[in-house]
Amino acid sequence: MSKNALRQSRGRTKERFDGDTLWRRIWRLPWGLLGLVAAIGGAGVAILYSAADGDWRPWAGQHVLRFGVGFALLLVIGLVDLRVWWRLAYPIYALALFLLIAVEFVGVGQGAQRWIGLGFMNLQPSEVMKVALVLAMARYFHDLDDNQVDRAIVLLAPLLLTAVPVILVLRQPDLGTASILLALAIASMFLGGLAWWKFAAAGALAVVTAPIGWTLLHDYQRERILTFLEPERDPLGSGYHIVQSKIALGSGGPFGKGYMEGSQGQLSFLPEKHTDFIFTMMAEEFGFFGSILLVTLYALVLFFCFMIALRATNVFGRLVAISISLNIFLYVFINIAMVMGLVPVVGVPLPLVSYGGTAMLTTLIGLGLVQSVAAQGVRPLGGPWLAR
Amino acid sequence: MRKSAADRHTQRRLQRLSRRALLLGAAQAGGFLVLAGRMYQLQVQEADRYRTLADKNRIGLRLEVATRGLILDRYDRPMALNQTAYRVAVVPEEAGDLQRLLERLDRLVPLTEEQRERVLVTARRQRSFLPIIAYEDLTWQEIARIGVHTADLPGVEVSETKQRVYPEGEVAAHLVGYVGAVSEQELTADPVLALPDFRIGKSGVERIYDRQLRGEAGRRQVEVNAVGRTIRDLRRIPETPGENLQLSIDVELQKLGVERFGEQTGAAVVMNVHTGEILSLVSRPSYDPGLFVGGISRQDWERLIKAPDAPLVNKAIAGQYAPGSTFKMIVALAALESGLIKPSTDFFCTGALEVGDGRFHCWRRGGHGRVDLHNAVVQSCDVYFYEVARRIGIARIAAMARRLGFGSRLGIDLPGELSGLMPDKEWKRERLGQPWQIGDSLIAGIGQGYVLATPLQLAVMTARLVNGGHAITPRLTQATELPAAVFPSLELAEKDLAVVVKSMIGVTNEPKGTASSAQIPAPAFRMGGKTGTSQVRRISARERRLGVLRNEDRPREHRDHALFVGFAPIAAPVFATSVIVEHGGGGSKVAAPIARDLLLEAQIRARQRRA
Repeated sequence: MSKNALRQSRGRTKERFDGDTLWRRIWRLPWGLLGLVAAIGGAGVAILYSAADGDWRPWAGQHVLRFGVGFALLLVIGLVDLRVWWRLAYPIYALALFLLIAVEFVGVGQGAQRWIGLGFMNLQPSEVMKVALVLAMARYFHDLDDNQVDRAIVLLAPLLLTAVPVILVLRQPDLGTASILLALAIASMFLGGLAWWKFAAAGALAVVTAPIGWTLLHDYQRERILTFLEPERDPLGSGYHIVQSKIALGSGGPFGKGYMEGSQGQLSFLPEKHTDFIFTMMAEEFGFFGSILLVTLYALVLFFCFMIALRATNVFGRLVAISISLNIFLYVFINIAMVMGLVPVVGVPLPLVSYGGTAMLTTLIGLGLVQSVAAQGVRPLGGPWLAR
Repeated sequence: MRKSAADRHTQRRLQRLSRRALLLGAAQAGGFLVLAGRMYQLQVQEADRYRTLADKNRIGLRLEVATRGLILDRYDRPMALNQTAYRVAVVPEEAGDLQRLLERLDRLVPLTEEQRERVLVTARRQRSFLPIIAYEDLTWQEIARIGVHTADLPGVEVSETKQRVYPEGEVAAHLVGYVGAVSEQELTADPVLALPDFRIGKSGVERIYDRQLRGEAGRRQVEVNAVGRTIRDLRRIPETPGENLQLSIDVELQKLGVERFGEQTGAAVVMNVHTGEILSLVSRPSYDPGLFVGGISRQDWERLIKAPDAPLVNKAIAGQYAPGSTFKMIVALAALESGLIKPSTDFFCTGALEVGDGRFHCWRRGGHGRVDLHNAVVQSCDVYFYEVARRIGIARIAAMARRLGFGSRLGIDLPGELSGLMPDKEWKRERLGQPWQIGDSLIAGIGQGYVLATPLQLAVMTARLVNGGHAITPRLTQATELPAAVFPSLELAEKDLAVVVKSMIGVTNEPKGTASSAQIPAPAFRMGGKTGTSQVRRISARERRLGVLRNEDRPREHRDHALFVGFAPIAAPVFATSVIVEHGGGGSKVAAPIARDLLLEAQIRARQRRA
């Protein structure tokens, strides 16, 4: 039924949008948000420069390049009509799924098959899947008739959309990304309007099946969880990382040791200082106030995303904006909580700051989608394709 | 605008979405608050604790071995010193292709297959910035060859180490001792001991004076990174080199002793009778202490252990021999002190003495005829001393022997000194479970049987006899000014001592004296002394019937040890000596000439120094 309505509406919406020049769209971009994003990316460059002991190589220079490319991509995506993304949601999901399966066969990576080498960068299909899943879920719940929401059959598609990539990512094995995918999917379903009791039931089921899940985990994943529960268990393994990270962070004190003066980071006591533990590196050199400043920047980005979501007048846009912001929140929270010893060591980067191509690219792409929502969301309720 | 049912639906959904989104947003805000709280806890509340931990992480302590003190003889000639040794190490990280580097090095200074293998194996095991020793102990020329090519040899490090060398080698091995790598048992809480270049005194004065020679290690506080690489120096406390050690030994006299022994084995001691300073302490055969410094090889060790005549044992302090006739002065002194014998008391020597069912022979088969105390010492009449021992008993003899230094350690500053043995009735009952026989006393009266003494004890005995009866103790370090008077008196009657000393002068200077052939011709340098023969094996009655084999006709290990104790000059004695030549036969022929040369040289050298 929606197809007919869509065709009818197309003429009307075209009229309204035809007066919309590129300049006006650019004018409507949320420049405050873009400024914040640029500030966080800049902080990443500065910290990576320090991590390499005051050198643009091997990380900082590359980071600038990738951020530039990603930021351009963000602008382009932000200028594209939201309807286009609505239309492409499922194809993008299909592409991401294809890449995820492909990585099983042509993937490279340390131990776990996670990347596809593209020459200029290593593509991590699981990262692409995060954006794709958000789009697909948003479209599904946007298209859904409100009367149908509480019918059991309706649950089948989103569960399938979620389960397939989650299982593939778990096989890689990448527990961190799989958990985030799952969390994003659950959030989409929650926002999509599923009844409370369903989540309660799923939670109860998870508790019951947890012991089975435990047996399916890889040894090193189990080890990480055990180490988290008791860091002294393995002082030179994963526990060592947490302990060293806390030492570096704590020794930074309120004001930090000064830029490029962080002894723990500079002397390599810190593991993975340019990727997963980059927050520690920064916190050691800039102290408590530096840490709070960076977290505040992230909080402001999320706040902007939220405002954009709440101003959006259609379900698709609202869902996309909130899910994307939730994705960024999960990255930031898990990463920082991990380096401070609040959650187990899972390989989650700090968005826009950690060195690494795909994570930065997908974060910026996601923010591009939010821009698109912002540009679109201020319009009055338009044709049925969005009203639906 | 038209309000359709669909729009109403959408409105409702958007409202629900907003509600739930706000809920999510609140949860996220809560998450950020948790993070901020944790940051406050770590970076503000607990910052000091983590700062301490961070410093512990990054500050390492490097110890630098202090230069070991030198060992010098009394005239400042070196007996142990430190020589610069060159070592070459390779750093795999800087070398790049390690295999190629080793090949290039091999062309300059040949590497054994073993060395090459060790470097490659170590390189795989340890972190690549740590140097691996390729060569040790290179000569200056070899180092120069490598030095010229440094530009083509990336990752090659030349460093200097101090190596202990003993210029006198085996001449003074037993007294100087040697250093070696610290063994597991020697490890203490002192971290210096764990350093690979640290050497600890293992024997001789190197061991006894190890603390003094060692010095204080230098300390360097360095900043290290997580893998232990040194980033920079923070603070440096320089080493305190070890103190030099000056010995009382005269290297030239020591060399003379060694030279005079030649192929013979045994020991000799020369000491100052007033101060107790040892001028020469010879033990033969000897070994090269340098073998031990870098860790002795298995073959060398087994050769030393299995060698006959125990080259590793310092026989001057740990060789225990029956004193033989050199013991007669003690018996004479005990007899005079007892009052049972006077200098004029005489006995008739027929060549043997029958006591109970035992027959005790004099060394001279035909006997000495009538002899008094003086002549009994001069001619070393055994029968006379059998008679004396029978009359005064073992208790008096043992007591006198102990006063003169027998039966206990004298406390010389060397490790491994033995106490000898001065038997008496109690000892025999306790140790052997047998009653003391009269024959035991007689045998002890001529210094045979159970009595055992070290060459050092014999020298000390002689010194105590001629210094007026002061209980000097031996020492290897120089006494600043230590007259005999500071040593306690042994409470010996002057006239008794005079009788004994006079008889000892007779031994070397009277025509009938057993060592008259070893007389020093120059009157000012004349010596006194006493010969002795230490029986290695008792002569059985059956052998006597068949005719006693002459010493030279017996296999070497059955031959008697030759002994001589002496002093000089006779007018005012300064030096005392004891010489024992293992399996050398009679004391007069073999030991006395060595003692004569040592005493003469000691006097000449003392006079030259004074002049």
